[in-house]
Amino acid sequence: MKDLQAWAAIGIVALAATTGDVLLSHAMKQVGDVAELCKRRGVLPVLGRVLQTPTFALGVMAMAAAFFSLLFGLSNGNLSLVVPASASLSFVGNAIAARIFLHERVGRRRWMAALLVAGGVLLMAL
Amino acid sequence: MTFKKYLVLAGIAVFGAAGDSLLDRGMKNFGIVSLHHLSRLVVALLNPSVIVGILLLLAFFACYMSSLSWADLTYVLPATSLGYVLVAFVARFAFHEHISPTRWLGIALIAAGVGFVSAGPSMTPARQARHSLDARPNAVSPEVES
Repeated sequence: MKDLQAWAAIGIVALAATTGDVLLSHAMKQVGDVAELCKRRGVLPVLGRVLQTPTFALGVMAMAAAFFSLLFGLSNGNLSLVVPASASLSFVGNAIAARIFLHERVGRRRWMAALLVAGGVLLMAL
Repeated sequence: MTFKKYLVLAGIAVFGAAGDSLLDRGMKNFGIVSLHHLSRLVVALLNPSVIVGILLLLAFFACYMSSLSWADLTYVLPATSLGYVLVAFVARFAFHEHISPTRWLGIALIAAGVGFVSAGPSMTPARQARHSLDARPNAVSPEVES
């Protein structure tokens, strides 16, 4: 039962973190290259534009959900399992979600990178 | 990719790793906060390590948002995972902690992953075509995913 709770928390954390990353990435692509925009318009207008983007607020909420799910997972599960397993799953989840929702071209190179990093993060916690 | 953009990516790895480590240290110094005394968390905000940790994490978030405005998510995440390696190196060389062979293997895998993704383009063509409400064709990398 304890294991089931820990794995449920891992799944929820990875899902919420992936949702947050995808929404934030979508928001920032809508805004455009902030370095260039800041040069032309100044920092405050660009900051205002970022904060007004609906997917930015949704992304921050999803990240907050991931954070609180992680806290819940840590209180019910094993620290050395929950943190690396959810981080590792997020790398793979992001590659899938970015391909579907952000239409990024996830070629062999990026798949290899996502899988290597996911494996590395998992190994570092052992 | 310009040198400045590589600096932003390095900022994500460094600020994220340093911020997490300082928050971790600050909260351990502060002690356990029970669910019945959550108001103690406000007092924890006065801890110098926690304050610097939060400032570093704000810098991390600014760099992360900036990078997502000019690079794909599937480029930024693996490219900045060097933060995990950085934390392990700091633990090994600054705090003289033992790093097991399995962790060294993990470090090698992450480094290989970073090498794989950073050798490719930061923005793929599909994304470039849809890029930005403020579209300017020269603002993004012309590289093509191999």
